[in-house]
Amino acid sequence: MTRIARLTLTALLSSTVLTGAATAAFAQETHPETGEELAEDQTFTYRLLDDVSSLDPQIVEDVDGSDVVRDLFEGLMNQDAQGNLVPGVATGYEVSDDNLTYTFTLREDARWSNGEPVTAEDFVYAWRRAADPATASPYQWFMELMSIEGASEVISGDAEPDTLGVRAIDPQTFEVTLTTPLPYFAQMTTHSTTFPTPQSVIEEHGNSWTQPENIVSNGAYVLTEYRPGERIVRERNEEYWNNEETILDRTVGLIINDENVALTRYLAGELDRTEIPAGQFQRLSEEYPEEATSFPRLCNYYYTFNLSDSGPEAFKDPNVRKALALAVDREIIVNNVKGGGWPPAYTFTPDAVAGFSPPTTEMAEMTQAERDERAKELLAEAGYGEDNPLEFDMIYNTDEAHQKIAVVMSQMWKQKLGVETNLSNMEWKVFLETRGQQDFDLARGAWCGDYNEASTFLDLLDTDSGYNDGKYSNPDYDALLEEAKTAEDTTPLYTEAEEIIAEDMPVIPIYHYAGVYMLDSDVGNWPTENVEQNWYSRNLYKIAE
Amino acid sequence: MLLYTLRRLLVAIPTILLLVIAAFFMMHLAPGGPFTSERPLPPEVMANIQAQYGLDQPLWKQLWDYFFNIVVNFDFGPSFVQKDRSVNDVIAQGFPISLTYGALSFLAATVIGVILGIAAATRHNSWVDYSAVSLGIAAQALPNFIMGPILILVFTLWLGLLPGGGWNGGQWEYLIMPVIALATSYIGSIARITRSSMLEVMNSNFIRTARAKGLPDRTIIWRHAMKPTLLPVVSYLGPVFVYVLTGSVFVDLYFSTGGLGQSYVSSALTRDYAVLLGITILYGALTVIVNLLTDLAYAWFDPKIRY
Amino acid sequence: MFGRSEKAAALSADITDFKAVRGRSLFRDAMGRFVRNKAAMASVVILTLIVAFVIFGPLFAVWDNEEIDWANMGDIRRMGAPSLENGHYFGLDELGRDLYSRTIQATRTSLLVGLIGATMALIVGTAWGVIAGFYGGRLDSVMMRFVDILLAIPLTLVLILILVVAGRSFIALFLALGAVSWLTMARIVRGQTLTLKTREFIEAARAGGVSEPAIIFRHILPNLIGVVIVYASLLVPEMILAESFISFLGLGISEPMTSLGKLIAEGAGTMAYGTLWQLMFPLFFYVTIIITMFFIGDGLRDALDPKDR
Repeated sequence: MTRIARLTLTALLSSTVLTGAATAAFAQETHPETGEELAEDQTFTYRLLDDVSSLDPQIVEDVDGSDVVRDLFEGLMNQDAQGNLVPGVATGYEVSDDNLTYTFTLREDARWSNGEPVTAEDFVYAWRRAADPATASPYQWFMELMSIEGASEVISGDAEPDTLGVRAIDPQTFEVTLTTPLPYFAQMTTHSTTFPTPQSVIEEHGNSWTQPENIVSNGAYVLTEYRPGERIVRERNEEYWNNEETILDRTVGLIINDENVALTRYLAGELDRTEIPAGQFQRLSEEYPEEATSFPRLCNYYYTFNLSDSGPEAFKDPNVRKALALAVDREIIVNNVKGGGWPPAYTFTPDAVAGFSPPTTEMAEMTQAERDERAKELLAEAGYGEDNPLEFDMIYNTDEAHQKIAVVMSQMWKQKLGVETNLSNMEWKVFLETRGQQDFDLARGAWCGDYNEASTFLDLLDTDSGYNDGKYSNPDYDALLEEAKTAEDTTPLYTEAEEIIAEDMPVIPIYHYAGVYMLDSDVGNWPTENVEQNWYSRNLYKIAE
Repeated sequence: MLLYTLRRLLVAIPTILLLVIAAFFMMHLAPGGPFTSERPLPPEVMANIQAQYGLDQPLWKQLWDYFFNIVVNFDFGPSFVQKDRSVNDVIAQGFPISLTYGALSFLAATVIGVILGIAAATRHNSWVDYSAVSLGIAAQALPNFIMGPILILVFTLWLGLLPGGGWNGGQWEYLIMPVIALATSYIGSIARITRSSMLEVMNSNFIRTARAKGLPDRTIIWRHAMKPTLLPVVSYLGPVFVYVLTGSVFVDLYFSTGGLGQSYVSSALTRDYAVLLGITILYGALTVIVNLLTDLAYAWFDPKIRY
Repeated sequence: MFGRSEKAAALSADITDFKAVRGRSLFRDAMGRFVRNKAAMASVVILTLIVAFVIFGPLFAVWDNEEIDWANMGDIRRMGAPSLENGHYFGLDELGRDLYSRTIQATRTSLLVGLIGATMALIVGTAWGVIAGFYGGRLDSVMMRFVDILLAIPLTLVLILILVVAGRSFIALFLALGAVSWLTMARIVRGQTLTLKTREFIEAARAGGVSEPAIIFRHILPNLIGVVIVYASLLVPEMILAESFISFLGLGISEPMTSLGKLIAEGAGTMAYGTLWQLMFPLFFYVTIIITMFFIGDGLRDALDPKDR
């Protein structure tokens, strides 16, 4: 185990004197920057909800799987604790004047875990592989999203993968050609789909190349154990170019399906990080103020009205939609149902998104009593009341947390407005199918941003968006988004778009996501400020207790 | 007997075949597919993926290819959801785990249940009887899924004695809680059948004769009463054995054992057709085999039965 | 589990000895034996009390089963405990709803699930078994082969698929439970019919020119009642257990309706958080119902099958 942390006798002595408790017989190491004492056992253990979809960078699609892949493989660029771009395998890049050609310079000391150098060819292979229909990656579209030349043709099968606009000029120079300028292109190279993969290993082992005994990777860690349904273990990669600065030796992901059991096991000391079950944040932050943490994330939670022809007539009236949105007491939902830690939402885009300033809407300004009053007026204006009660169905997917929120909302409407709702929970796939076919009145929705920009959320309500399950359509709104694509300063445009949403109310924003975790106080440097929660084990360390 | 066994096994083949066909069509009837997701895939990407997994073929062709691959290559296909693994991998990794804690639970439940049942019957209407019966009923009446969180709370958090989950190659401290959780509900029923069966046997004429001959109780129980007592127990145990393996979803869920129970339920919910069919075939075959074994055991326990 | 229980096994063992024809006094005799069975009678009394509670309990409820107590929902752990003062006799659930009303509603659901599920198994299983047993031959082997195949399908699969395809409703729930529980019933009834068929009085009826349907309805079915009732009574607790398993998988009925299995699953999730009443009240009713049903089933079997004890 090579660890750079300096061993200074004085530091050891002074800290021993100060704490009076350190009885370690061996020299205690300290963090090179913060000077904190490091724990003997540098193992970080966290909870995973379920098995990962894949450990293949080009194929993985779930968040948990991407977290593992980000440790095992390293792409051109990385994110730091704030989400800013920092060098990865590439030391930097140059952009042509027309903003269409990116040239990345790769570091010479980057190595695969089998000792071979990481070259531009590896990136060419991986990017072609991602777009190749034969790979059957669910993230093929990411290559299209990156506007790489030829990506659409390759994906649709009209061109061979080797026509993709990427090439290796020499082993240390990787060049990408785009079809349209993309201001956040470099940010996108932190995504796992763009990570290099070892051609020879994949060709030798086929689909099973990611098994611990076969896998060759270029990240700070190598996969040493994967037992499905149980655990995933990754350990320090000695070949990694920056191995010397890596402090954490080992990261263990334990697959625990039930969040309550996971919390029990956390409290028993088996885990360093786990999600806090809904409703428990307040209590845990009183009992464990050091450990219960909450920080904003790039996700929203909303209900969408069905505005298509198959939707109910009542929802075609914006007053009805507004009335329903106003009567939802978000404070009760975030404080009493979620148990604190979650910000209430009055806009569709989370406040935490970079370059987004939420408009001051009427709804956000009012007190709840005023909102309820206004809701009653609006509903009466729309012609609904005691003799003509509004009634509709509400669908959500089976999950205790979703169910609680749906029940509370329906009770709010019932008690304040006399609105009758029929709740129906559906198993996940059935839910997606039903919502996708506009076979609903009001449906739950949630979205996590693909990148840190408001358009990743606002695009959802674009008339042509494939994700617009409520079939909302407003030409003014579409025009604003179109304008934003090429605008210098997008902030006012996005604010204006949110104003339209507040006026039309095609969705009811409920709350914005927060990462609500129990995080052991001996885990150092958790990137709470990275709203995308792209975390790297090599930036973490364990503090001696 | 051999002929009978062979005939039964031969009949099993069409049974399993029909079972797979039924499961296959039921599965495809369920809304949504393995690649339905929160972010709907662009049509051309969806087409590529479906083509790769053969899902663009007509259903009968898919079914035919499926059987063909099993018979010729013994290949049950790739998992659609865990994309690095094949169904063969899923079963090869999960089944030994399910089998280990399933068989241990089965063994524990049977041994403890039969002992409790015999103790209750031989001391009929005593406190032993009453406590065995009430214990058995209580164990059976508790829904078995609440055992998981309770055990973890007690043994892991409060007592700090056992790891809260995992498998670790089947090390004993990882096995205890799954085995207790799974065995509990069966101990009760096994004890109750054993008890009532034993009571019946002890009242029968041949035991009375043995008693009249002056044989000691111990000899009567072990030599004469045991076999007929266990007859109904055996016919109950057969299905339990299969069930202990299929019904372990809550063990896998709470104890992260990595067995097939969880894979099975989640494959149905995620429409991972190949995994679902693979495990269905495994369980179907297991059911057929265990039923056969039960019938053969029956013949051993009751000499009146001949095949 | 679910209709493949010990009872079925014990029953099938008993069946060969079952005396089919016992004249008119059979039921009076059986009644007498049942009344003398203390455990069974006590269970009947307790079960009656529970049914009475389900019927009359709502009269004492201050809150209905879906109403949220906004004033107390914020801090369930401290404010939500059972209390006579605020009318939440059983405390509050996680969302601030009255557990007393919810438990009553859940108990009603679970009892209904047990009864209707068992009734469905009874009707389908009896019809299937009688037809297969009575007509025999090729029809019999085809029908029984079908049952064998269904028995080889893992129950989890059947339950999940039915609930996924048919959606969440009472009807789907009953369908799913009925679908997995009639198989053993059919086997038992068939076996019973086979032995009945060869008896003298059936032969006599045939010789007398009675039509086949008439034989089935007038002679076979009445003689099956004993075994069918016993088995059906044992199915009730199994249906309730099965429903709780379905709820555990998250496939139970939709809110605001609830069942005991669902309340227990919710209560078990939060039991470490200082709200134990959320588990204990539903669990108490659940366990009591299951145990009393076991005793009643045992009592019925003993009463209708007098060969021992």
